[in-house]
Amino acid sequence: MSAQTEPRLRPVPAEQAVHGRQTYITVRGLSKQFAGSPLYADFNLDIPQGKFTSIFGPNGCGKSTLINMIAGLTPVDAGDILFDGKTLKETTIGYVFQNYRDALLPWKRALDNIKYPLEIAGKSKSERTRRVEELIASFDIRFDLSRYPYELSGGQQQLVSIMRALAPHPEVLFLDEPFSALDYEMTLFIRDKLQEIFRATGVTMLLVSHDLEEAVYLADRVLLLTKRPTQVAETVHFHAPRPRDADTLSTEDFIRTKARCLEIFQREVRR
Amino acid sequence: MKLLPDYRRWLRAGIVSPEQTAGATAGFSRLRTVLIGPLALVAVWWLAFDAQWVSHKLLPSPWTTVQSLWESVASGAMTKDFLSTFNRTLSAFAIAAVAGIPVGILFGSNQKIYRSIEFLVDFFRSTPATAMFPLFLLIFGIGDFAKIAVAAFAAWLVVVFNVAYGVMNARQTRILAARVMGASSWRVFRDVMFFESLPQTFIGLRMAVSVALVVIIVAEMFIGSSDGLGRRIIDSQQVFDLQQMYASIIASGVMGYGVNLFFLAIEKWLVHWSGK
Repeated sequence: MSAQTEPRLRPVPAEQAVHGRQTYITVRGLSKQFAGSPLYADFNLDIPQGKFTSIFGPNGCGKSTLINMIAGLTPVDAGDILFDGKTLKETTIGYVFQNYRDALLPWKRALDNIKYPLEIAGKSKSERTRRVEELIASFDIRFDLSRYPYELSGGQQQLVSIMRALAPHPEVLFLDEPFSALDYEMTLFIRDKLQEIFRATGVTMLLVSHDLEEAVYLADRVLLLTKRPTQVAETVHFHAPRPRDADTLSTEDFIRTKARCLEIFQREVRR
Repeated sequence: MKLLPDYRRWLRAGIVSPEQTAGATAGFSRLRTVLIGPLALVAVWWLAFDAQWVSHKLLPSPWTTVQSLWESVASGAMTKDFLSTFNRTLSAFAIAAVAGIPVGILFGSNQKIYRSIEFLVDFFRSTPATAMFPLFLLIFGIGDFAKIAVAAFAAWLVVVFNVAYGVMNARQTRILAARVMGASSWRVFRDVMFFESLPQTFIGLRMAVSVALVVIIVAEMFIGSSDGLGRRIIDSQQVFDLQQMYASIIASGVMGYGVNLFFLAIEKWLVHWSGK
C-alpha cells in the first residue's frame, strides 16, 4: 500500500511550485552536457521539505552530478534551482562527501573542522563552541575530537564530516554515497545516527546511494533515475515508521518497496 | 636476560600506544642497520690506505683526516670559511624562498599563466646554473653578491616549480568542501590551497637549499673568493694538503646534511599531516 508511485513529473512553473507548501527544492529546465552528449536535458524535479529522499539509478546516469549541481559544486548549462524560492547563495547547505579522507582538512583538529563552517559564517567563538558541544551531545561522541582527522578511524572521520555538515544548521543535507568507503559495522552505526539526526532535526536530506537496500531503508521517497539523458523514471514512497531498525528490513512493506524499486531499476537499465 | 624493556606490559597498562612501541623497537634495530654503511666505508678507506691500494699522497688515512678536521675546527681556521659558505647559502636560499613562494603560488593558481611560462621554467631548470656564472659576473661584478645571485636564481626556480606544483595539485574535494560551506575564493585560497601546497613547498625548499649550497661551493672555487669552504677545498688541493682537502669536503657534507635534517624536522612539525 505504501509503495505508491508517481507519474513522471510534468514541468511546473517555478512560481507555482514554490508556493506549494511541501515543495522545497525546485529544479526547472536543467540541462547539462557531459563530454559532448547530454546528461540532463530539460530536467525537472521537486524535493519536498523535511523528507529523506534517496536517489538511485543506473551507472553513469549522473546521480552525484545531480546533487552536485543542486549544491552548486558543478555548474549547470541551463536551468533554475531554487530552495523554497531562494537561490543557493541565500541558503545554508551541508554536504557529506564519499571520501572523508579528502574532504576533511587534515591540518585542523577534528573539532576545528566541525567549527570551520561556523567560522566562515562569521559566528563568534562562544557560539562556535556552544554549537559543537550541542553536536557532541546529540551524536553521543565518545572519541577525542581534539585529534587530527588522520588519527581517527574511517567511521569516526565520516562522523566528523557529518557533524561538520550539520554545524551551521543547514536547510538541506546532501549525502554523496557517505557509506561506500566504510566497513559494514560502521555503515550500520552511522546509518542509524543519521536517521536519529533526521528524526530529531527534520532537516531535508538528499542521499545518493548505490545500495538499493540502504536507499529504501533510509528514505521517505526513492527517486529512481533513467539512463542518460537522465529523467526521473519514478518516485517510490516508503512510509515505514521511524525509528527503523533491522526488523524493518524483513517487513513485507520493505520487501515489496525494494522489489518495486528493483523492478523499475532493471526496466530502466535494459531500456 | 632482557636488553629491551617489556613494551608489551606497558602497552597493556596503557602507558604507551602501539605506535610508540613499534617505533622504539624498530628504532634500535634501525640504528644498528643505519651504522653499517658508514662503518663499512671507513673500513674500506682504512684498508685502501693501509694496503696502499692508492698512494698515500692521494689518500691520507681516515684518522689523520679526522684529526686534521678536528684541528681546523678547534683552532677556528675552518670556522670562518664554514660560516662564510653557510651565510652565502642561507642568503641565496632566503632570496629564493621569499621571491619564489609568492610567484609559485601565482603560477600554480592560474592555469593560463602556468602554461605560458612552463617552458621557460623547465628550460632554465635544465640549464646548469654554473653556465650562468659569466653572465652574473657581468651583471653583478665579482663581489660576493654575484655568487649569491646565481645560487639564488637556481634555488628560486626549484622553489617556484615545486610551490606551483603543490598549489595545482591541491585536493579538489577539499576545495569543494570549503566552497560548499560558502567560503569565498580568498578564504578557499588562504584556508585550503595554501595548506594543501605546504607539503610540496617544503620538498621544494629542501631541494632549493641543497642546490644553493652546490652552486655556492662551486662559485667559491672558481669565481674569485677569499674565503668559504669551496675556496678552502681548492686551495688545499693546489698545495697538495690532501688531509685538509678531505677535511673540508667532509665539513661541506656536514653542512649540507645538517641543513637538510633541520628542514626535515621543521617539515615534520609544521606539515604534520603530510603523507597521511
